[in-house]
Amino acid sequence: MTPSVGILAIQGDVAAHARALAKAGARAVPVLREKDLDGLAALILPGGESTTISKGMDRLALWEPLREFAASGRPVLGTCAGAILLARAVEHHPVPTLGLLDALAVRNAYGTQVDSFSAPVDKGAKKGLEGLRCVFIRAPQLEELGLEVETLARVEGRPVLIRQANLWAATFHPELTPDTRLHELLLS
Amino acid sequence: MSENNEGRQDAQSYELKIGLAEMMKGGVIMDVTTPDQAKIAEQSGATAVMALERVPADIRAEGGVARMCAIQIIEGIQKEVSIPVMAKVRIGHFVEALVLDALGVDFIDESEVLTPADDTHHIDKAPFRSPFVCGARNLGEALRRIGEGAAMIRTKGEAGSGNIVEAVRHLRQVNGDIRAIQALRVEELATQAKDMGAPVNLVRYVHEHGKLPVPNFAAGGIATPADAALCMSLGAEAVFVGSGIFKSEDPESRAKACVHATTHWQEPVEVLNASRGLGKAMEGIEMETLDESERLANRGW
Repeated sequence: MTPSVGILAIQGDVAAHARALAKAGARAVPVLREKDLDGLAALILPGGESTTISKGMDRLALWEPLREFAASGRPVLGTCAGAILLARAVEHHPVPTLGLLDALAVRNAYGTQVDSFSAPVDKGAKKGLEGLRCVFIRAPQLEELGLEVETLARVEGRPVLIRQANLWAATFHPELTPDTRLHELLLS
Repeated sequence: MSENNEGRQDAQSYELKIGLAEMMKGGVIMDVTTPDQAKIAEQSGATAVMALERVPADIRAEGGVARMCAIQIIEGIQKEVSIPVMAKVRIGHFVEALVLDALGVDFIDESEVLTPADDTHHIDKAPFRSPFVCGARNLGEALRRIGEGAAMIRTKGEAGSGNIVEAVRHLRQVNGDIRAIQALRVEELATQAKDMGAPVNLVRYVHEHGKLPVPNFAAGGIATPADAALCMSLGAEAVFVGSGIFKSEDPESRAKACVHATTHWQEPVEVLNASRGLGKAMEGIEMETLDESERLANRGW
């Protein structure tokens, strides 16, 4: 059976994640309401503007339903703005977060768009993700990682993909390249 | 740096430019003239702000040459907000664009709202680090701008008019042109490209994919939450609201309402909720009262 994967659809690159999911063999379901979470195998918090998305979460009263979803043990992947939403705390223009992932997210840590870049993961990345090219767009950095947090990939020495139990956070955009290995890993 | 530095691509890469445009989908980009307005826009849920000295309605009312925004205004706005900061340059004025690129703005709008600096040529946008957005009234114009390196297309609409009719016309035109291209046979594409003045490789892309190779946003005359939702319903992937917010009676409520209606454009009850208790919208202009020479959308080649 094709698994259904939710994508938080308040704002951001929902369409790019939907394309990546289709390629990885899953059905994308836009999530705007608590009831949209029913029957999902996993959830993606996409890239976009973390301020915009966090304000939408307030308006739609989605904080608790998303925390409950994460507590159910099903995989949750946050990319860029989505990674910020998962973090314990945010530095540099803080926004409210779910506070589930034991890491500090530093917003726009590389600079403005003129400092955006792409690069392959460093040697030593998790098996199956070797050579993955990561697209960083006004990207955050993840710091002060807790003991429960596993670093799956680094770029230029910094953690860019981390995992804590069922929670995955990428500071880059796996949905913007044709390589869907990370989406497949989330589904496996 | 690390051993992988050789595989690094910097901001000039087209993929990274389109990537930022992708991040703005489903959102509202707001015109602002001061750091305080930028803060209100950010707090209302804007995905980006456009830094300007005067909003288009004032440019239209006051006349004179409209140029790139004063640098200290852009810098003040960059300091105030964390969301992307865009700024406009005159059509063809590549030095204004180099200045904004050096300043590190997140997006440059080569805009018909400002007085054109070149009456024949647009900027060669590919070499810049900042991505560019350009206005278009039809598919040929959109593909010419993309051919020059634009990473986002928006309708021109009629800026500062508070009248949605031109944005609707341009959205329908671009999307209708796309459907017409899709209906062609492959061997007809080269002649079509010649006729519409567009690069043939991009016409082929549209034929194959049924969409532009970059995000397609709406701008020009959006004044109400229902206007924003109308543009989304007609295929826009995000909206720019220019004079519509800070020329209205209660900018903060209207800004929030436009964001709400853009997220929930498929839900009439939510657009209704967004439309309640907003105070007076900006004054609008009937198109018939605008002389051809006063129409900003006619600028661009």
